[in-house]
Amino acid sequence: MANLTINGKTFTLDVEPDTPLLWAIRENAGLSGTKYGCGIAQCGACTVHLDGVAMRSCGITVSEAEGKKITTIEGLAVGGTLHKVQEAWIAKDVPQCGYCQSGMIMAVAALLSEKPKPTDADIDEAITNICRCGTFQQVREAIHTIASA
Amino acid sequence: MNKHVSPKMNRRAFVIGSAAVGAGLAIGLDIPFGGPTVVRAADGSPEIGAWVVVRPDDTVVIRIARSEMGQGSLTGLAQLVAEELECDWSKVTTEYPTPGQSVARKRVWGDFSTGGSRGIRSSQDYVRKGGATARVMLIEAAANEWKVPASECTVARGVITHKASGRTTTYGKVAEAAAKLTPPADVKLKDPKDWTIVGKGLLRLDTADKTTGAMTYGIDVKLPGMLNAAIKDCPVFGGKLKSYDEAKVAGMKGVKKVVKVGDTAVAVVADTWWHAKTALEALPIVWDEGDNAKVSSESIAKWLAEGLDDGQPAYVGNKNGDAKAAIAGAAKKVEAVYSYPYQNHATMEPMNATALYTADKCEVWCGTQNGEAAFAAVLEASGLPAEKCDVHKVMPGGGFGRRGQTDYVRQAVMVAKQMPGTPVKLLWSREEDMAHGRYHPITQCKMTGAFDANNNLVALHYRLSGQSILFSLRPEALQNGMDPAAFQGVAQSGEAAIGYSVPNLLVEHAMRNPHVPPGFWRGVNVNHNAIYMECFMDELAHAAGQDPLEFRRKLMGNHPKHLAVLNAVAEKIGWNTPAPQGVYRGIAQVMGYGSYVAGAAEISVTEGSKIKVHRIVASTDPGYIVNPAQVERQIAGSFVYGLSALFYGGCTVKDGKIEQTNFDTYNSMRINEMPKVESVMVPSGGFWGGVGEPTIGVAAPAVLNAYFAATGKRIRSVPLRDQNITFA
Repeated sequence: MANLTINGKTFTLDVEPDTPLLWAIRENAGLSGTKYGCGIAQCGACTVHLDGVAMRSCGITVSEAEGKKITTIEGLAVGGTLHKVQEAWIAKDVPQCGYCQSGMIMAVAALLSEKPKPTDADIDEAITNICRCGTFQQVREAIHTIASA
Repeated sequence: MNKHVSPKMNRRAFVIGSAAVGAGLAIGLDIPFGGPTVVRAADGSPEIGAWVVVRPDDTVVIRIARSEMGQGSLTGLAQLVAEELECDWSKVTTEYPTPGQSVARKRVWGDFSTGGSRGIRSSQDYVRKGGATARVMLIEAAANEWKVPASECTVARGVITHKASGRTTTYGKVAEAAAKLTPPADVKLKDPKDWTIVGKGLLRLDTADKTTGAMTYGIDVKLPGMLNAAIKDCPVFGGKLKSYDEAKVAGMKGVKKVVKVGDTAVAVVADTWWHAKTALEALPIVWDEGDNAKVSSESIAKWLAEGLDDGQPAYVGNKNGDAKAAIAGAAKKVEAVYSYPYQNHATMEPMNATALYTADKCEVWCGTQNGEAAFAAVLEASGLPAEKCDVHKVMPGGGFGRRGQTDYVRQAVMVAKQMPGTPVKLLWSREEDMAHGRYHPITQCKMTGAFDANNNLVALHYRLSGQSILFSLRPEALQNGMDPAAFQGVAQSGEAAIGYSVPNLLVEHAMRNPHVPPGFWRGVNVNHNAIYMECFMDELAHAAGQDPLEFRRKLMGNHPKHLAVLNAVAEKIGWNTPAPQGVYRGIAQVMGYGSYVAGAAEISVTEGSKIKVHRIVASTDPGYIVNPAQVERQIAGSFVYGLSALFYGGCTVKDGKIEQTNFDTYNSMRINEMPKVESVMVPSGGFWGGVGEPTIGVAAPAVLNAYFAATGKRIRSVPLRDQNITFA
């Protein structure tokens, strides 16, 4: 059993302590917006925030996440208002298949909370998620749109 | 989507039926008997032809048979229907008919297959007619109500107007009546110059849910009582499952059952996928790997290299003059051997499907590029007839050709069949996905070019050796054993024709099919053919002491459309002006999927092996452009996919198995490695070409030719990873 605080809600989940946080979020808490891509913290599709920091949830165990504030893509909008990254993603038509975009959006949201006006170099360093459709151009443009708003 | 097809009507049944719907009764009585039946969507709204449903609130539901997988065809197809329908774009939504429904209605929605960049180009004609037909019926319904000639009525954004009497109505108000009309026998489509919705870079219709986590991909399907399965197929293709020790994992947490899947695979079914995967990893499995376990990349390369020898049999795909004789008598000749490896599609979402099997029904939920092929796989694997099966398409997390195959669908049904009444979601691990791809085919190519004393190219011999996709996947499409698709990009004519005229040309293919299963991988045979031809053209230009662009232009006089896109990128990148200090350029062109494309790259190289791509320019002429914003994204995405394959891709074989296991050994480009792609769209009209794939052909050769310009070194094999060349 584990107690996880996800999107401001406490979940008491019947999981082993070494279960990757990704699978506890997806299968036990039932929040499927966080995606499985590789399971070895390479692709970033499973990115969530732990105490506001972007982390790859496939590489963190449930026991490591206990006591921390976990935010998933479902918790990014507050009170029905989309996060500015989500709004920019819609306005700029960023996603193609969209599968990597939950993780991409979470990574970008974390970057912008740390650096509200990131340079291209900041983006290059912070955003290391894989997108096989190749949306990078739109990702970069959308980040700059938010930063200049 | 449910359908309620009325039986053949008599007057009495019709009145009752109309009354039950509660609208359009009086008008309906004017309809001649024996007319078409009204087909209704799940919410009761009527179809106005198979492609359009109009709801009372004026919402227009457009049916989409092809699959959206990120390429934007769903929005583009809706634009094509809406253009002719003259509806209000802000009130458009879409839905997928199921393959089962389509089969039950004599394939009223046509082909579901979404590959070969055909999503739009192969359905544009009939979906536009679907929109136009609905428009005619809706206007006629209004005209009938007003008792005026339909020709006096006009429509804009779903509002019908009879100017003379000052009356207006909306599509939603006349839909019931329109649904009862006989569709016009023929409709006239708009002149492209009058398009107002098609040709606009409208926002996609499916974005919002992709930003909130709400979009349901195959991996997200949830059904009541559903269990989860993890699977391992024999890692050597062609090998079999010998035995496994279920007792070792039976007591593990969450495990429900261990099942054999065909002759080659075993799956663990558990409460959660994590439990299933954990138990599968603990399961002792013995494989019967068979003879293929002796195959390696080295043995494949050796076998393919033998096929480059003229003494070996080969199929001739394109020929004029006598290339061999011209080469023998030439003043100068240039020869080079290139190779291209296996590539995995590596869609972000690994293969998966959810199946529910009972004795009299089998349903599957999955992402697929071909709903009808998935449906056929369900029929075959379940043993049930068509009327007892169906496939519910959900959003695929990438396709790139991989999800046109149905191996994962078949597996899911085979697992579910052993758990009757319980829905089971079968999900591959990334490792399973890497080990069981349908790989980009492996080939080598020997090219020989010959010049006369004045450095004119007089002969070109292009000899491919390697794998045929059609041999493995569609043997019925072979022509006397020859795979015509092997010549994509270097064919004499058709949708992937060569862009050069050489007095003596011989293009041939020595077919050699290793045991690793090939598949249609974005760009398919255009990929390697464009690399081979365009890099060799660059070699020939340098051998002749000529500028690579000018050298090509001289051979392209009979190929004006190929030339036009090449000229467009040359102009945009400033080919005739010096590049910035330390920056070098490469250029390439190809035709594929009915479209003409060209690309140019500016790169710098440090330490001889660290490449920075500064600029990419890409031009495309697909005839018509439905949504330029989406075309731009497909062009840029093609470069990301193509350059990922060039730098990081490549699957190698050891002991009959694929060696790469995950993104750590099969990497993909990140944002810091990818410059902006400047696209130049030059649609010339009069034909419909594809967009999703052709551009990938020019991605690698543009960069490789720039690498030569920078270093004087030719790279003739892929990936760069294996030559210790990487991004700066």
